[in-house]
Amino acid sequence: MTDITTDAAPRRSLMTPRGWTVFFAFGFALVVLLPVLNRVVASGSFAHVPDYLIPLIGKYCTYAMLALAMDLIWGYAGILSLGQGAFFALGGYCMGMYLMRQIGDRGVYKNAQLPDFMVFLAWEKLPWYWEGFDMFGFAALMVMIVPGLLALIIGWLTFRSRVTGVYLSIITQAMTYALWLAFFRNNMGFGGNNGLTDFKDILGFPVQTQSTRVGLLIASAVGLGVTYLVCRWIVNSKLGRVLLAVRDAESRVRFLGYSVTGAKLFVFVVAAMLSGIAGALYVPQVGIINPSEFSPAVSIEIALWVAVGGRGTLAGAVIGAFLVNMAKTWLTNAAPEVWLFFLGALFVVVTLLFPRGVIGLVADQRERWRARNAAREAEAAEVAT
Amino acid sequence: MSDAPNGNGRSTTPRRTETVLYLDGVSVSFDGFKALNELSLVIDRGELRTVIGPNGAGKTTMMDVITGKTRPDEGTVIYGVDTDLTKLDEAEIANLGIGRKFQKPTVFENLTVFENLELAARDSRGIFRTLLAKLSGNDLARIDETLVTTGLAEHRHRRAGALSHGQKQWLEIGMLLIHDPQILLLDEPVAGMTDHETEQTAQLIRRLMGKHTLVVVEHDMQFVRDLGARVTVLHEGSVLAEGSIDHVQNHPRVIEVYLGR
Repeated sequence: MTDITTDAAPRRSLMTPRGWTVFFAFGFALVVLLPVLNRVVASGSFAHVPDYLIPLIGKYCTYAMLALAMDLIWGYAGILSLGQGAFFALGGYCMGMYLMRQIGDRGVYKNAQLPDFMVFLAWEKLPWYWEGFDMFGFAALMVMIVPGLLALIIGWLTFRSRVTGVYLSIITQAMTYALWLAFFRNNMGFGGNNGLTDFKDILGFPVQTQSTRVGLLIASAVGLGVTYLVCRWIVNSKLGRVLLAVRDAESRVRFLGYSVTGAKLFVFVVAAMLSGIAGALYVPQVGIINPSEFSPAVSIEIALWVAVGGRGTLAGAVIGAFLVNMAKTWLTNAAPEVWLFFLGALFVVVTLLFPRGVIGLVADQRERWRARNAAREAEAAEVAT
Repeated sequence: MSDAPNGNGRSTTPRRTETVLYLDGVSVSFDGFKALNELSLVIDRGELRTVIGPNGAGKTTMMDVITGKTRPDEGTVIYGVDTDLTKLDEAEIANLGIGRKFQKPTVFENLTVFENLELAARDSRGIFRTLLAKLSGNDLARIDETLVTTGLAEHRHRRAGALSHGQKQWLEIGMLLIHDPQILLLDEPVAGMTDHETEQTAQLIRRLMGKHTLVVVEHDMQFVRDLGARVTVLHEGSVLAEGSIDHVQNHPRVIEVYLGR
């Protein structure tokens, strides 16, 4: 009989030592290195990071947070939600409302009580749902509560009725589409087509200055790190195993006595809240939030980031979000008409040829090296004898 | 326990062991076809019973009735002293300690053997409790014990999807065993197994004898012979013969049913 001492310990820790090393190296680069290279190193130096890169990388960080949320529900629980863009946008709008209220009487119409677009629409007073958004704490809370609550309602209705697979994707896509149409309407009170923009300051710091932008990058990088750890903690817990089991054999999990609805609802709500936070960090860095963020295509793109990086790995989601968005930044500048074709081709290629994404490719390659080395060693041993 | 005569021949034998499952006059029909026809069957605690019979004899329907999947038209199924299983649903029956292994193995392929057993273990089913769950020493001991019983100890960290067909079947039996069931119903446990795996399964089942009550439905006669247990032959929804394997194999009616009419 083989030794069966309990060696379940290694998997129980949050990350391997190597994982922590990569985590902190990545964090150091974003939180310390980039700001120093931008703020301290002289602009003539080759090591200087140009100003425009700071909010750009900050934006990638918020996308990576969004991708992590997507991986949590899609990669682990097998729920292909096409509504993550909507949760992201809702978090963004909550932050946008706070930023609008901070403008005060510095708007075009110099109205201390009403944002410009409401004055333009000849509204007399602030709608009730704008109350409280002048306080950062309240807005920050709403950034999580609004997407979380919507996810709770949609999730409860669908998971309880055992709606799965493509039907769930369609329902979440329809939700996104409905919000898209709704936010276009002027009388919704969210600036209609133009959305919310012309922000002045956040927590008293002017949004446009480079030091604030560096601060926002650091906040986004920290947000990304915390999101990663939260997701890692969830997937490493027993609940993480329940989620994987739900993905593979849902009815069997039910038969074992677990609440499949409860498990799905939990990750769906957590993912929506994380998406909301990502959206809130995104808005001050790009300086605008408008209904285009609700566009159904955006939510599909998020799924693609995760697929490119490798589903069900978390790290893959971050890698995918950075890679695809870097390609997008470059291509939409170099050859804007090519971008959508590239996106479509990427979808096809990843689905057909690299179903496990970048992470899967790396793992396969490493496996091949290991096998080759083992074969070589065996050969050497044979020669030696 | 009162020993009321019930007209099925058992009242004449003294009850040395306790009855754990008692099917009394159970009938089930599907669109006029009688799948079970006043089936009566008594299983004692700790007993290993094999059930054989030609196709359509009602073996699977009998399992369905016991586990609450099918409600009988007539008759009762008494578990323990006085629990009527026909009044309960599948989950309630499972929680009473009646585990059933279906023919097709369904393990969680992307989890390891250990993790499969961990999920099957009894505790912490709530969402927030699973989020914070730590394996207690008790659970670990149970999982280890099950790994040894099922002969999967050296595979504990392998992905279940990478196991052989036989090993998956043992893992699934392990997932039932971890609940320490009173009765274990095994539906064709060796279907599709190699000879070697069949032999090992027979050993596994013999190891479980005495600790659990086992009801095994099987086609493979060599396997039934290997188990060396009391055999019940079903035919057209009722018991045709019962006894040792040699007894039933020499029973004229059994030979007639099996070798054609």
